[in-house]
Amino acid sequence: MSGRRADWTKGGEGIAYQGCGACGKAQYFHRSFCAACGALDLVEKSASGTGTVYATSLVCRAATPETRAHVPYNIVLVDTVEGFRMMAHGDNDLAIGDEVIARYQPFAGRLVPYFAKTK
Amino acid sequence: MSFITGVGLTSYGKHEGSSSLDLMSKAAEIAIADAGLKRSEIDGILCGYSTVSPHIMLATVFAEHFGIQPSYAHAVQVGGATGLAMTMLAHHLVDAGVAKHVLVVGGENRLTGQSRDASILALAQVGHPDYEVTLGPTIPAYYGLVASRYMHEYGVTQEDLAEFAVLMRAHALTHPGAQFHDPLTVADVMASKPVAMPLKLLDCCPVSDGGAAFVVSRERTGEAGIRVRGCAQAHTHQHVTAMPALSELGAEISIAKAKAASGLAIADVRYAAVYDSFTITLAMLLEDLGLAKRGEAAARVRAGYFGRDGEMPLNTHGGLLSYGHCGVGGAMAHLVETHLQMTGRAGPRQVRDASIALLHGDGGVLSSHVSMFLERVR
Repeated sequence: MSGRRADWTKGGEGIAYQGCGACGKAQYFHRSFCAACGALDLVEKSASGTGTVYATSLVCRAATPETRAHVPYNIVLVDTVEGFRMMAHGDNDLAIGDEVIARYQPFAGRLVPYFAKTK
Repeated sequence: MSFITGVGLTSYGKHEGSSSLDLMSKAAEIAIADAGLKRSEIDGILCGYSTVSPHIMLATVFAEHFGIQPSYAHAVQVGGATGLAMTMLAHHLVDAGVAKHVLVVGGENRLTGQSRDASILALAQVGHPDYEVTLGPTIPAYYGLVASRYMHEYGVTQEDLAEFAVLMRAHALTHPGAQFHDPLTVADVMASKPVAMPLKLLDCCPVSDGGAAFVVSRERTGEAGIRVRGCAQAHTHQHVTAMPALSELGAEISIAKAKAASGLAIADVRYAAVYDSFTITLAMLLEDLGLAKRGEAAARVRAGYFGRDGEMPLNTHGGLLSYGHCGVGGAMAHLVETHLQMTGRAGPRQVRDASIALLHGDGGVLSSHVSMFLERVR
């Protein structure tokens, strides 16, 4: 297993994922094994940050002072070109099917992936 | 063979000064009396969880508090599916001879025991701690995501979803124990505050105090014979990020297995009790279960199909959306109401025929599913 790439969940500016050397599946939630086939030969990879919007929900009611400061914020699920789905933030006017690219924005004391339309 | 021999339900809403154990005890006492049993005859206990008073051994905490010493006891945690999952387990336990009378109980002072923010935060934790919760989603946001996709794929509108809130409120108006007693219109739902779009405040169930309980027994204890005919579960994922395609969700899997286990078809069902944490939850589950075609559940609501006098009466107590949602007890109220309907004890809410009922529970973000058929036997 190679070292981990820049990963927003660890404070970096990047979207890390794992590719399975045995079945080829792209895995987003980091594990020491492939959840699809159980193989251990995973390769750490960096995603391009591009994909298509699968779903959106504009959060207008948050539950902590830190998150309330950002209301309204758009939670999106994006299907990445690498083949895994991820949750992130995005422009408030994103629609399902939009092609998007990620940058990184501060949210409640950390950097999170934030998607905007590619065009 | 197993029978639901007794049911108990408190009103939902505010129970100022009542603890989770108080509410569980109150419901348990009603259920045991309803079964015609004494406390000492209960030899099994299954209970849910309390977000207000978490404990690693809630079943024995409750047993001691309630004053019984069962031979079998533990808690069960499957989110909103907990009530039916416990019922399924109780069914298998009495069927296997492990216990004779299992008390299934849930209750929580979720409304007055903690702030609304605390409830929202506790529930958001069903999300992934690193990949989701850090982004500030809420339970309505998880379901809002699913709703946006469902509406996109099947042409469902926000007005369609509002119909379910209106229906549940209309039902709650006829139940004195319901949390809400003001009539609602589609316009009211549409004008309610945005929470996590496309879901607005009135698309969301409330936070409530309340308790519910039932007794599952090997043999019937009275005249009424309400039997578990067949049940099944399906668990496809935990996190919404890992959810399968809309056409491959767990409700379709669990209902197929429950139909096989019971030998029943949807056409046999006379009464439906379906989990309704949000309007979208109810719309999707009705369609996944086959109680309406894809994208057509709202049209069936408008046509009166799911009303008390309709072809398929649904959640006649008002559901989570309007009877209330106190956590584990929330969806247990669906079973209590089903039992009252099946035994002809629903008073002004009584439907013509509830001889065969379909119940369905959902936990997480459509993650865990339990489908169950109950039948009345002579």
